Amino acid sequence: MKKEIIIAGFGGQGVLSLGKTLAYSGLMEDKEVTWMPAYGPEQRGGTANVTVIISDEKISSPILSSYDVAIVLNQPSLDKFEKRIKPGGILIYDDYGIKNKSKRTDIHIFEISAMDAATEMNNAKAFNMIVLGGLLKVCPVVKLESVMKGLKKTLPERHHHLLPMNEQAIKKGLEVIHPL
Amino acid sequence: MNKDTVLMKGNEALAHAAIRYGADGYFGYPITPQSEILETLAVEKPWETTGMVVLQAESEVASINMVYGGAGAGKMVLTSSSSPGVSLMQEGISYIAGAELPCLLVNVMRGGPGLGTIQPSQSDYFQTVKGGGHGDYRVITLAPSSVQEMADFVGLGFELAFKYRNPALILADGIIGQMMEKVVLPAQRPRRTDEEVIAQCPWATTGKTADRASNTITSLELMPDEMEQNNIRFQKKYREIEANEVRYEATNCEDAEYIMVAFGSCARISQKAMDIARKAGIKVGIIRPITLWPFPTAIIAEYATKLKGILTVEMNAGQMVEDVRLAVNGKVKVEHFGRLGGIVPDPDEVYEALKAKLMK
Repeated sequence: MKKEIIIAGFGGQGVLSLGKTLAYSGLMEDKEVTWMPAYGPEQRGGTANVTVIISDEKISSPILSSYDVAIVLNQPSLDKFEKRIKPGGILIYDDYGIKNKSKRTDIHIFEISAMDAATEMNNAKAFNMIVLGGLLKVCPVVKLESVMKGLKKTLPERHHHLLPMNEQAIKKGLEVIHPL
Repeated sequence: MNKDTVLMKGNEALAHAAIRYGADGYFGYPITPQSEILETLAVEKPWETTGMVVLQAESEVASINMVYGGAGAGKMVLTSSSSPGVSLMQEGISYIAGAELPCLLVNVMRGGPGLGTIQPSQSDYFQTVKGGGHGDYRVITLAPSSVQEMADFVGLGFELAFKYRNPALILADGIIGQMMEKVVLPAQRPRRTDEEVIAQCPWATTGKTADRASNTITSLELMPDEMEQNNIRFQKKYREIEANEVRYEATNCEDAEYIMVAFGSCARISQKAMDIARKAGIKVGIIRPITLWPFPTAIIAEYATKLKGILTVEMNAGQMVEDVRLAVNGKVKVEHFGRLGGIVPDPDEVYEALKAKLMK
């Protein structure tokens, strides 16, 4: 098993930490993982992206030409990465802020209403965990237990009271994703 | 899973490894893409545990001279920076090489010239392996291609630096510094005691005792006869390092018709390009120099006569390619593929370059 994933959106949407959570979950399952962020000025307000690879075998390049899964959270990211999804791959986006949708017919496209769900939960910070839940639904690259284990390990103890909220957000994500 | 396996950035792994290897001091000035080294050290507060000194200097010129001072006293000291900062350090590196002192330097390269960009690059190859500062000197250069090697090369770098009384430099780039991967950190070692430093470094300024002459740390020698002798001694040491310390990794070279030579992150990217090529039936191998100086000249020369072509893949305009061409001495075609100014090539691009440059 090897999944090559790109997560892209605006700086501040939690793109990098979503990737980090995913990478840690892979670590909990003793898989090989790489997490390669765009660390440029993008982080500071423009578009941010991170490449996460989770694999049973040793990973060669942390930089990819194409992806199994693309999670895009704004229009520029969709425009940039849509064409780089492998045929048969997965595209996930939140339709919030996406005007020009993908016209590709050779990939599986899923829409997730993560922004609406976060608003409904009255917690904007839950957004990226809702998206993660959506990913786990359509591409179970890691187990939910591993995600929770990873979060527990990486979150400082003073934030451990937030763990149930994160789990709730991930479970919400499982519900609010649907194929197009 | 090994319970000591952690997930972290290359920069963080290097900082942890320095503490665990028992380093005595780190002196540095922040610069992207390696600021996490100093940040991690500041968070870890090793001065409260191992007694390691961590100091944010006022500039890179100050940090390299603090390293010079610490190394002169036999201490295990290091500094890190990125390209523009390492340029500022070159005078100090030349002095340290001239005074024959051990130390560890780290350059997490970004695109230049000048202030350039903060994105990854490998354009300081020439600066690192061909001199950088003035005078006939060499710096032992290690090129990590994973987060694990960022940690491992701290120990190896110090070991080689002390073995040969010579600066060693870890030449990484923004990808290796910023990427997170699994890493097993070395076990914590105690710092050497004063007695151990005196025993290991009889040349160091550890306080003169009645039974020996003064130790003088200097690169200055005004008498040319003496200075020539110093240089002859340095050159002898460099030949010894070239004979004993070459390190490389050869993958799929046995049946290869083409070989890519790449170091650091470009070796990882080329590996994927190699997989694509192998699937297409093209017999491609990779030689990854781990030491850039001493350069794995012999192994490249050995393969030269068996190949149809060599491609170097570098994030620069063609630097290491010169050493590959020297190694094969015209026996086989050597081409270069590079992206410049902070652009990172992707595996497809490397595969296309391989076909376009060698197989036409």
